[in-house]
This record gives sequence, structure tokens and C-alpha cells, in this order.
Amino acid sequence: MAFKLNVNGKTLSADVDGDTPLLWVLRDTLGILGPKYGCGIAQCGACTVHVDGAPVRSCSMPVESLGAAKIVTIEGVGDSAVGKKVQAAWTELDVAQCGYCQAGQIMSATALLTAKAKPTDADIDEAMSGNICRCATYTRIRAAIKLASGQKTEA
Amino acid sequence: MADGSHPFIASRRGVLAGGGLLLSFTVAGKAGAAEAGGAGGALNAYVRVAPDNLVTIVAKNPEVGQGIKTMLPMLIAEELDVDWDSVRTEQALNDPTVYGRQFAGGSMATPLHWDELRRVGAAARVMLIAAAAQGWGVPASECTTASGVVHHAGSKRKATYGALAGKAAGVPVPDLKTVPLKDPKDYKIIGHAKRQVDTAAIVTGKPLFGIDVTVPGMLYATYEKAPVFAAKVAGADLAAAKAVKGVRDAFVVEGGTVLDGLLPGVAVVADSWWAARKGRDQLNTRWADHPTAKQSSAAFAAQAVELSKAAPQKTERNDGDVAAALKGASKTVEAAYAYPFISHANLEPQNCTAHFKDGKIEIWAPTQNPEPGRQLVAKTLGVAPEAITIHMIRGGGGFGRRLMNDYMVEAVWISKQVGAPVKLLWTREDDMRHDFYRPAGWHFLKGGVNAAGDIVGWHDHFVTLGENGVAARSAGMGATEFPARFLTNYRYDLSMMAAGIPTGPLRAPGSNAIAFVVQSFIDELAHAAGADPVAFRLKLLGDKPMVGDPPSGYAAGRMAAVVKLAAEKSGWGRKLPKGSGLGIAFHYSHLGYFAEVVEVAVAPDGAVKLVKVWVAADVGRHVINPFGALNQVEGSVLDGLSGALHQKITIENGAAVEGNFGDYQLMRINEAPPIETHFIKSDNSPTGLGEPALPPIIPALCNAIFAATGKRIRQLPVDTALLKSV
Repeated sequence: MAFKLNVNGKTLSADVDGDTPLLWVLRDTLGILGPKYGCGIAQCGACTVHVDGAPVRSCSMPVESLGAAKIVTIEGVGDSAVGKKVQAAWTELDVAQCGYCQAGQIMSATALLTAKAKPTDADIDEAMSGNICRCATYTRIRAAIKLASGQKTEA
Repeated sequence: MADGSHPFIASRRGVLAGGGLLLSFTVAGKAGAAEAGGAGGALNAYVRVAPDNLVTIVAKNPEVGQGIKTMLPMLIAEELDVDWDSVRTEQALNDPTVYGRQFAGGSMATPLHWDELRRVGAAARVMLIAAAAQGWGVPASECTTASGVVHHAGSKRKATYGALAGKAAGVPVPDLKTVPLKDPKDYKIIGHAKRQVDTAAIVTGKPLFGIDVTVPGMLYATYEKAPVFAAKVAGADLAAAKAVKGVRDAFVVEGGTVLDGLLPGVAVVADSWWAARKGRDQLNTRWADHPTAKQSSAAFAAQAVELSKAAPQKTERNDGDVAAALKGASKTVEAAYAYPFISHANLEPQNCTAHFKDGKIEIWAPTQNPEPGRQLVAKTLGVAPEAITIHMIRGGGGFGRRLMNDYMVEAVWISKQVGAPVKLLWTREDDMRHDFYRPAGWHFLKGGVNAAGDIVGWHDHFVTLGENGVAARSAGMGATEFPARFLTNYRYDLSMMAAGIPTGPLRAPGSNAIAFVVQSFIDELAHAAGADPVAFRLKLLGDKPMVGDPPSGYAAGRMAAVVKLAAEKSGWGRKLPKGSGLGIAFHYSHLGYFAEVVEVAVAPDGAVKLVKVWVAADVGRHVINPFGALNQVEGSVLDGLSGALHQKITIENGAAVEGNFGDYQLMRINEAPPIETHFIKSDNSPTGLGEPALPPIIPALCNAIFAATGKRIRQLPVDTALLKSV
């Protein structure tokens, strides 16, 4: 059936089964390829997008559950001031190695910083431990979140 | 590209449409052969300068997160003498006739290209100078370059590379062996931190990866293979799969028996990947019996113990008289070490897009090793290798998994069958259960020390996987592996058992397991001798700068220097609270010398907190891109810790049990410690960083756990239940 989705500020239609995960609607139907497939069971966070501002694992969210919710992907996150700052910090510190997980990392980090402007290390651990980086760029992810929030990183 | 449409090899010398220039030349092989096809292969056509001075540099090797698409062009740009900001890099196609071997493996890109690609850049610079000098009627020797401009001080003339490029294309190519190179003190790019060339695309979510490849008319495929490796399809409900909305086709692939080739399976092809998956759920595939269906990790371990009690099948090295030495030792230690199969777990599951059309094949693959993929596809599909074009697409992690090309031949086969371009994507479970695992292994060790604190004898009976005297892939150990050659009495016995489990290189293959065994057992002997683990290691390394001859020589002096530095930076010997400890280990692999210290705090319930890591490294006189280098070191360290603390693939009934990140844990940010890295710039040619930082971190961790708890970890992954103190 046809669904109308609000993605990155645009209304897009997708004719798919209602149980299709949002990730695959974005990727295969709408051609929005930033969110990545890593596990399919909400364990790795590579597919993270924002639904009404909250970070969700799009691989495990059926499209029929979304209604008129506002969906933001890595392609649209730079439209917000916080998202833009996070992307700039990721660039400044050259966080990525392979880069495959980083869209999801940036989405989770942006949600964290939107909710809490100056997160502690414990806040970062809690908000970011749902996102696996197989290349293990974790020291730079932590430093980039600190940088984006205007906090100094200890050596 | 085989059909010649690629601009860099359309002709050896030519002007591109739009007035750009192709500087193209034959680069001598390592042996200095004057013509293409010499040792090391022919290399050419890396540099293009547009009239607007934009410099395009071809990145020859596949990028899987190791940063090579940035680093190799840096070498060329430095000697070309252009500003890095004026450079754009472009991924090469797979074409060994032009670029020589194109692969990501063995941390080899730096040692293989350090000299050659700088000379490629220097030769282009010489040609640009020659063009300017001819035009001005001045000697080339009076011209200088800076930031992409040729200057002649005497006449106060200058010209940009962009303006000179057209003429430079007609200048004779200089001899690469004698082309002048910069004094390293003048380097502006090498040794300076440069961001990855794809960073902006990564942080904005641009489609860069294999999984993102989109081809007009493309269908989506999934491919189900037997849980027992290489078992044949006995039956599947193809009609049920085809009845699912969006499914275009479902069919059995006969396949073969070679584990890294096209294996038997069932393909489901659909309008979307989700539809293909839903179709697959209806297959109810039945699998034929297979000879390896009874195998298990537990049975391998039991068999290893049995083999260790019997006479070894081979003796790989036998220096001195170990039995007599151990009899005369003041203290002896016996220990059995074991490590499991582990998975590469690339975050981007294996995938490939392929189009078989009119006898020609076009492939878009996140592969670390495209050329063997071409050969595999050619052989399996019965087409000429020249009819195959391979685009090397950025891979979401490599770690050695993508040195294999099984996903590539599957995608091509499916595309041929359905007559359309196909993107094949494995599920996470497919990926984890059809890996080429780091092989499990077992070491049965005896060692002895004397009253002076020297190791007097070392005996390792290594039980590994293999058949007919040949170790399974990545399951061997060399006869010069440390501490061989450092001990008078050293014996290495080897026994093998057949497995039928696919194994292969995983980041620092061999070393990622052997360092754990060797450096842990050295620690056991140090404690038996009542010696400080750092002092004991330095004594073992001895006073000679080099032990053994090239190419397998071991620079003991370089190693001793990094051991000392790691100890110093970590504050080795300082007092720590109860339950905390420091552990040290060193390992030489991939031409790099690494010593690492881990500080842990072990809680009463056995939980291990990683407090901090110190790394001391010697990879030669230059760290080419410090940004990338630090990332590789930190990533390797955390990768090793992640494996040592969490990872195990269990074989039961001939199949891998673990299938996803719920039961196969990767380290997450909350566990990652701070890492302090120090490089010693020794007077040696620069070497690679993709792997050598990994091996020593595992024994450094285990030695730290011993220092904290008095409990010796002899089996991976670390079982924290053994560390409970309450």
C-alpha cells in the first residue's frame, strides 16, 4: 500500500508492504542511501535516523508505524544547527576510518547534543553505546562530541 | 579498463577532451627494469593537470578504511610539488596491466609504494620544468618549483603547471631511477596530517559504499547457503518464494566445493532487498548431508589435547637440546594456550553489484583483492578475464575478509541467470556464518629459567588446522617466529588436524594469535624467574641490533627501544591500587616494531575495566599521514582488545553458531580506553600501519590481568568468571 512519509522536510510516497522496515523504504524505494544496513536487529546502530527528533534504528521500525512523524536522515541532519556542528566536528577531527557506521554515529550524537548541550563522558557512553564502530574510532567519536559541544577534551 | 574507455589508459600519451593533460609514463619495477612488465609490474598514468591547475591523482588501491585513497596520492603530490588543496584523487579501476597489483593487505601499501610513487610525482615535476625551460629558452637546472608553479629566478618568469601541462606531455619521460627527489626537510605533505579525501562525503551520507551502488534496471538479490560449509541443496520451496510480492525469481545454484568459490545455494531476486528476504523466508531449504556436519569446536579442542600427547607430526625447528635444558632449569613452567575462531564482522556485510551482458561482465565490488576475483569469475563463468571490468568500491571495513571474492562470483552468477544487473547483499547472519575465520589454535608449551633469570629452554607443540602437512589458510606459524633465534635451546613441534572450516587472514594474520601465546608465556617465565617483565624482556632481546638475516631478520635493537619507551610512558613500576595492574607485550609483524602497555582494573565480580593503553611504535623515519596513522593504531588496539574480551565463533554440527551482534559482541564506546601513541622515527624506510599495532595488545591485556589478579589467561576470549575474587 501507499505511504506518505515526511523525510528531511519533504513529503515522499512509497508503495510498499506495511511491515517493510523504514531502512529499506528509505534505501530501496526512496533512494536515500545514507542510513546503512549492519545487523537488521537494532544491535549496531548503522541505520539510525531521527523520528520526531529521537534516534531510532530504522532497520527495526515498520513503515506503517510512522504515520506523519518527521523523519530526518544523515542527508538532512545538516539542516539543523546542532547537526551541522556535529558534522563539522567529525570533519575537523577526521573521525572516520571506513566510514560505514558514521552516519548512524552522527545521528546519535546529534540527538544527544540536542537533548543535552554539554554531555558528560557517562552521557556519551549511554547515548552512543548502541552504535558499533567496527573500525573502533571511539576515541575520536568521544572527542568530536566534546568538540561539537564546546568542551575541552583531556589528552 | 579492458575496453579502453578509461581516460588514464586510453593512450600512453594523450590530451583529454577539454584540454586537460595526461602525463603518462612507464614506471620501472622495484628491480629497476626499464620497461613495463618488469619486476613489480608496470605502473603509469597517475597524474593529470587541468588548465585551471586542478591536479587529479589516481589512487590505485582499494579503500576499506585504511586511508590509502588519501595516503598514496600524498606521496605523488609531495614530489610533484603541488599544494594538497589543489589535489583531487580518483579511484583507479582494477587493471594490473596499468597499475600493477592492486590490493589492500599485509600492511604492504607503504613499503611497496613509498619509493615508486614519490618517483612518479618527481618525474611529472621534471617534465613540467622541462616544458617551461624549453619555452623560456633557459636551462632546466635554473628552474625551481613551488605550489604547482615553475619559476625561473634569473628572468623572473613563472608559469603554472596547468599552463605547462599540454606541452609537458610531449617531453621525454625521465628515468625514474635517477629522477631527483626532495630533501625530506622540505616535505610539506608527507608527515603532515591530512584528512581522508572522502571525509566530507562520509559525514554527509553520500553513497560511497558497495551497498550504495545503484545501476539502472538493477534487481536485488539474497543468497542462502548451507549452514554446513559447502553442503549441497537437497530441495527448496521455490514456488513459495516466487509467490511473494516483488520477487522476480528464485533458483538453486549448483555450485562447487571450493570454499572460496561459488558454493551451492538458493538465490532469490526481487524488486527490493526486503522483498527478496521475505521470499527467502519461504524457501524452507533442505540441505544434503556433508562430511563435516559432525565437527565442533569442542571436538577440535579435545583432539588437539590428544595430538599434543602423541609424537608431533613434524618438528619445524630444533635448536640445542631443549629436553636437557629443561632438566637443568631452576624452574619450569608448562602451559596450554588456546584461541578460538573469530569473525571479521565487517560492518558492511558482504555485497556486490554485477551485470552480465552480452558475454561481458561489469562488477562493482567492495573488494580488497579484485584481481583474484576477476580470475575466479572468469573461471567459474567461462569468460575471458579481459571481458570483465571491476570497479573497486569503498568497503565498509576490510580486515582481510574482502581479500576473498566469494560474494563477487555469486553476484555475477545471479546476474547471468536473471539477465539483469543485480545487487547481491548478504544478511548479517550470512556474513558471520560464512566467513573465512581466524583459525582456532592450540599451543602446548614448556619452558624453563635459570637462577640468573634467563630462559634456558622453550618447547612449543603447536596443534593447528590443516591437512597433508599443509596448514589451513592463515593457520601456520613460521620457524623464525620469536623467540626462535634468541634462545640456544628452542624447539617447535607441529601437528595438524583436518577441519573443513573456512579460514583466512584476519588483521595481522598469524600474529594476532601467536603474540598472545608467546608474550603471555614469556610473562609466565618472567614471573617464574622472579624478574620484572620489562627487564626480563629486554634481557631476552639482548644487545645485538639485528638477529637473523634479511628478509627475515629481527631488529632486536628497534624492539628494545620501543619496549623501553612504552615502559617509560606508562610509568612502568608505579604503585597501583589492589585489583589494578599493568601488562606489557611486544611483537614484530608487517615490518613494524610495537610494544604496548595496558592498565586494567579488575572488579571483584571479575569485570575488566580498560583504564589506559600506551603504544610505542617504530615504523621507520616518516609517519606519512599522522591523522590516518593514529587512527590505524588506535583502531588496531581496540580491535585486538575487542576480540580478546568478547569474540568467539563456536562451531557446532559443522556450522557457526553465532550469527549477529547479539551473540557476537564488538567493543562499544563505553569500553574504549584512552590510548597514548608514541612513534620512534628510526632511520629505516617507512612501513605500514594497518596491522602491526594489533598483536601485542592482546598479551599486554592478559599480562595486565595477571598483574591485577594473579590469574593467568591462557584461553581467549577472556572468561571474566575466572577473575572473580568474591
